[in-house]
Amino acid sequence: MKLSTFKNGIHPKSFKHFSNRKKIEEMQVPEEVFVPLQQHIGKLAKPIVKKKDEVKTGQIIAETDGFISSTVHSPITGKVKAIDEFDHPSGVRAKMIHIKKTVDDEWELIDIPKNWKDATKNELIEIIKKAGIVGLGGAAFPTQVKLSPPKGKPIDSFILNGVECEPFLTADHRMMLEYTDKVLTGMAITMKILGVKNGYIGIEDNKPDAISQIQKRVMDLNYDFKVIPLKLKYPQGAEKMLIDAILKRKVPIGGLPMDVGVVVNNVGTVFSIYEAVTEGKALVERVVTVTGDGVKEPKNILARIGTTFKELLEFSGGLKDETNHIYMGGPMMGVSQHSISVPMIKATSGIVCSIEKSVNVKVSPCIRCGTCVRVCPINLIPTKLSRLSELSKYDELGKYEIQSCIECGSCLYSCPSNIPLVQWIRVGKLKSH
Amino acid sequence: MEEKSKTTNVKPKKKDPRAKLKKPNRIPMLLKSSPHLRSDYSIEKIMRGVLLALLPTTVLGVIFFGWYALLMIFVGIVSCVLTELIFNLVSGKKFKLTDGTSVLTGLLLVLTLPPSFPIPGVILGSVVAIFVGKMIFGGLGYNIFNPALLGRAFLQASYPVKMTTWTLPKYVGADAITGATPLGLFKFEHIMTNIKPLILGNIGGTIGETSALVILIGGIFILIKKYADWRIPLSYIGTVFILGGLFWLINPAQYPNPFFHIFAGGLMLGAFFMATDMVTSPITTKGSWIFGIGAGIVLITIRLLGGLPEGVMYSIIFMNGLVPLINRYTRPKVFGEVKK
Repeated sequence: MKLSTFKNGIHPKSFKHFSNRKKIEEMQVPEEVFVPLQQHIGKLAKPIVKKKDEVKTGQIIAETDGFISSTVHSPITGKVKAIDEFDHPSGVRAKMIHIKKTVDDEWELIDIPKNWKDATKNELIEIIKKAGIVGLGGAAFPTQVKLSPPKGKPIDSFILNGVECEPFLTADHRMMLEYTDKVLTGMAITMKILGVKNGYIGIEDNKPDAISQIQKRVMDLNYDFKVIPLKLKYPQGAEKMLIDAILKRKVPIGGLPMDVGVVVNNVGTVFSIYEAVTEGKALVERVVTVTGDGVKEPKNILARIGTTFKELLEFSGGLKDETNHIYMGGPMMGVSQHSISVPMIKATSGIVCSIEKSVNVKVSPCIRCGTCVRVCPINLIPTKLSRLSELSKYDELGKYEIQSCIECGSCLYSCPSNIPLVQWIRVGKLKSH
Repeated sequence: MEEKSKTTNVKPKKKDPRAKLKKPNRIPMLLKSSPHLRSDYSIEKIMRGVLLALLPTTVLGVIFFGWYALLMIFVGIVSCVLTELIFNLVSGKKFKLTDGTSVLTGLLLVLTLPPSFPIPGVILGSVVAIFVGKMIFGGLGYNIFNPALLGRAFLQASYPVKMTTWTLPKYVGADAITGATPLGLFKFEHIMTNIKPLILGNIGGTIGETSALVILIGGIFILIKKYADWRIPLSYIGTVFILGGLFWLINPAQYPNPFFHIFAGGLMLGAFFMATDMVTSPITTKGSWIFGIGAGIVLITIRLLGGLPEGVMYSIIFMNGLVPLINRYTRPKVFGEVKK
């Protein structure tokens, strides 16, 4: 059978062997956490606790502000030590709530209906909003917004994103294997909210165990979901690419998946939806892959939001002496970290520690080989965009649809001249906005 | 403010910049922008690959045409490298031999020359190829025309007789016997050469073009390794085959059969190693098809309707000139673009 996929893209080495056979381990509750108010796309959450307040696990500590925003909860039971600026994994200093543990977990749960099947759509969305759920694939878009498309945008299909196309990361893979039923129920809840009948599960063919496991449980539990094995290729996990691969629909330029009647959610996200709707648990923990050749025991860890990288790394046996690069997320789009005192946030899908030998990269002139054009999943001309941006010709960039760039990094990955294409395009995107 | 003035007044002490990193409990962290993974595809690798792919036909050329051919190759490469070196010295740029592009230009130029071409001519051609063909445009990546072919075109104009004097390979007759190339034989005397010698190479021709088979081996290697775009040789040779075939079907007595077209002359060498030069071919996939088809049309026009027996060089140079236009009009449709 020919597997479906999208056009162009690249085939980076996967590096998943570090952690794809490691069972998810639950980490002990950390002594202290730093919970950023900004863990999502949209407006900063408004803190509603003060210094020295006692908080419980799952208690709301910051509320949504505006339509596109998300609630933030205390991940541990303890005392608020400070509300101040600390180092944020995105590379800036940002406002965070610092909480010190006083006793072991005392949960404050969200009111939930006895059976989610009897609840109305609005009740379920309200629970998701209260639980502070955001897209856990990395973009962290508030889920309640995604699940309430405006009138006039009918949704007919839901896609569960189990692609995990970034090298190294295995969190979603492990969740599909170990939390299969919960993930599937979460998907059913999401589809009930959206009122759609067509459910698809996209998994790349480098995870055959997850494909067969999900297929088996879908049959056992009598769900009507279609499991779609996909041909391994990066960046298949990008929403637009995934919709194209499964449904052959192309999201228009500047549009959203709902413009073609689709909503895509990540495995981690539907798992959190399941926990919120059936157990009343807010989003205070997630699965993180701590991996790479720079850490002693690569692991998949279920950890509380706000746990510092330092503790996560210690839980994974600590860093090797030669480790000189740590980044949050996968290697294609991840953010370099200057310190390990930063906390993990809702969007932290993984922490990769690596030992890099060649630090200096030689940049050569563009030899017009056209590789970047052939790998760009959006069909842009990266070399042209980068050149125009380098020459500060920002007015011309709009003509070449620079804003469509998803910054997947495929062009720079394959560039024989090592031209910082993505970096120049990022500059161009900002300047021509 | 206070701190700022303090630091500006105090003379900074010279410190070992690594002292901070040597402190215990502190890991020297790299900070960089994603992607953190790179493929091993690089200019050096491409150039090494293409040079390797040219090795069989180069060796065969030396076997066929003797040590003089080796001397020509050596002189060609050295003068190309020296030209680039001197140009960079004069213009105050840093010289990098490592990318190997001028070595490739020198080799390609000599491979397209007749086996008994005078050495001063080789030097002149190399200087023109690198200086006019590449450096005055701004160096690697900025030239419009294939440098080796530009050098050859210059020699064609300045050494018209020497450029068409062909020594036959050693194994065909005695040493230093001159003859004509199969294309020339056909054009001017209407003598067909059989396909077998065309494939094996014991015919008259330039140093590197005589055996289609050996070139094909190197050509397929660079296509598999993605050092060249497969669309260009395919569309170029395909167009020549189809157009040549059409002429042949119309009048088999006057025109040669299409197999003769693709195996004779410099088409194989040109299609795999010259037309695919990354710098001077289109960057879009649709553009590559147009480039190959266009070159094929020009080639057949010159061979069958023009005055020259061979047209590979001019067909590629002509299409090189059109590349900026082709790139502009073959921009791929952006993902999600709605046709207006």
